[in-house]
Amino acid sequence: MPKPVFVGLDIGSSRTKVAVVDAAKRLLGHAVRKSGTDFSLTAEACLDESLRMAGVGRGEIAHAVSTGYGRTNVAFVTGECKTEIGCLAKACSHYFPEAITVIDIGGQDNKVIKLDEGGRRSSFKMNRKCAAGTGAFLEEMSLRLDIPIEEMDALARQSREMVKLGSYCTVFSATEVLENIRHGKKVPDIVKGLFYSVIKRVLEMESPTERIVMTGGVVAHNPYIVRMAEEMTGRPVMLPEYPQLAGAIGAAFYALEVKTNG
Amino acid sequence: MAEEKKIVRKKIQAADRMNKIMADYFYELNDAAVTGKRKVAWCTSVGPAELLRAMGFVVHFPENHSAMLGATRMSTDLIPTANAIGYSPDICSYLTADIGAYIKGITPLAKAYPGIQSVPKPDVLVYNTNQCRDVQDWLAWYSKELGVPSIGVTSPKNINEVTDAHIDDVARQIEALVPTLEEISGSKLDMDRLRETVSLSRECTELWKQVLETAKAAPAPLTFFDGTIHMGPAVVLRGTREAIDYYKLLLSELTQRIRDGVGAVDGETVRIYWEGMPVWGRLRQHSELFANLKATVLASTYCSSWIFPAFDGRDPIRSMAKAYLELFIVRSDRYKEKYIGEMLEKFRIDGIIYHDAKTCPYNSNSRYGLPQRVEAETGVPSLVISGDLNDLRCVSDEQTKTNVEAFIEQITEGE
Repeated sequence: MPKPVFVGLDIGSSRTKVAVVDAAKRLLGHAVRKSGTDFSLTAEACLDESLRMAGVGRGEIAHAVSTGYGRTNVAFVTGECKTEIGCLAKACSHYFPEAITVIDIGGQDNKVIKLDEGGRRSSFKMNRKCAAGTGAFLEEMSLRLDIPIEEMDALARQSREMVKLGSYCTVFSATEVLENIRHGKKVPDIVKGLFYSVIKRVLEMESPTERIVMTGGVVAHNPYIVRMAEEMTGRPVMLPEYPQLAGAIGAAFYALEVKTNG
Repeated sequence: MAEEKKIVRKKIQAADRMNKIMADYFYELNDAAVTGKRKVAWCTSVGPAELLRAMGFVVHFPENHSAMLGATRMSTDLIPTANAIGYSPDICSYLTADIGAYIKGITPLAKAYPGIQSVPKPDVLVYNTNQCRDVQDWLAWYSKELGVPSIGVTSPKNINEVTDAHIDDVARQIEALVPTLEEISGSKLDMDRLRETVSLSRECTELWKQVLETAKAAPAPLTFFDGTIHMGPAVVLRGTREAIDYYKLLLSELTQRIRDGVGAVDGETVRIYWEGMPVWGRLRQHSELFANLKATVLASTYCSSWIFPAFDGRDPIRSMAKAYLELFIVRSDRYKEKYIGEMLEKFRIDGIIYHDAKTCPYNSNSRYGLPQRVEAETGVPSLVISGDLNDLRCVSDEQTKTNVEAFIEQITEGE
């Protein structure tokens, strides 16, 4: 007899993520795609892909919850929305049941969420309107440097003498990068400087007070940022198994809770 | 995409009466300016309006006009005009919207009140820098443009306790305005009339306080968003009988709501305090955002800033000075923290939202660690949202929505 599954859809500004879990909160299937311009279409494709991976059909979906910027655009699938802050907190407190500071670096925004040992949020901060310190900042810089974004991590690791960027404005940072290129600075040193800048912007939002958990696409694809964050904060940084899926998994956990608790 | 069911706050019936007295006020101003029958003074919002009214001036408030530009969402298109003549997008967007509107010959009054073509031309401009320095710069531009004098009070700032020395200083400055105002108005200051005007302002302010304090009830019968509209008479008609009569009517309706157990928002579960300026161009959206989360924004520093317990007709000038100095915006952070703490307790608040208005540092109390200190002292969680009072280029609706939804989630899930 088919078992019910619970689905979380995280419609981010950059990527759409879907997670399928069972009643024991085990991740059965997942998918990540570019959100593009048709959130519903992308969500449908991700949903089908993750259900296939889980080996179940739509009929087995007991409940679904959406989150992320496009959360209301896929309400036809779910009928219920939660904020990404709530979903990240839900997932991270499950994997790390202790007092933690969650740092999420997403495509469009950053979040710093403080949780107590019971998983309750005591505070959260989102970056202000500017894109500094977000995935969008790195995407913009990869274009300026003409480097594929997936190669940035390996380049940063080659750095011998990091270039520090002073500005927190993306446009000014781009000018600074060009200036450093003119002065003959090496690309790996500039890329490491960009990573440093991303972490610095996040740490300016809020001081971590507990053990740190990092999530989001930027850390999923650039593990070197995690190592740099450990060095900069002097604290160990923990990652869930799928950092980019944390929001979607949290949404799936909400779906399970709603079904269980009514 | 699913249709989101929109819950709206309940309409206040007295609003029709308010609209009538506000219309009368604007037509009276227009008539004075067009016919020249009475002198027109422009006055900053907590400037010496009582003195001006007692001396026979009809009084226009540029901040009120600019709030109208914001609420009608005209301001964002007008601000760049002022930017282009050297008034930075980083300074007060009341100032830049209003000057931009003047340069372009636009006013929301023309649309709202048929027959009015423009803001009333002033005979004198009067400021009090208790709000900020920008109000003085604002009137200085009009002074040069229109060739009318700009006079006023330069207020002490960052005051912890208001002392006699502070009051002496401001009272002397108010007295020093009198000869110029007498010359422009063509008549001597009648102290009896000033006493009466100050007494009327006191009565208005007492009633306005009672109106706002009806929100102590649960469910609250009015919201911050109602308050920003219904404070109109307290801002532009204080010192008049019309404002007093209006607030008696409004108070009676809200008291009835309390008796009937009727809240401004159905199913109120979370009670929020708003610190800072409203986002004028987003009043309706913000009202709906909170109402849909069953949260009532029911008290604020902003609406409470038009409560002046110091007004005393027996000692009009010194009591005006004291009232203008006791204003929240004039005070030290130590005073502000105590004040906010008391408000959170009085209104049984679950969470406080600070609006960090890009162009209004004086009304943005989230920049020097105050939210963290208040939260540590009271245990009431806080959220800072970025935005602006009038410049919608500084507003991110999606960020505001996510922040507010997550904050209400945090409060409800933590219960």
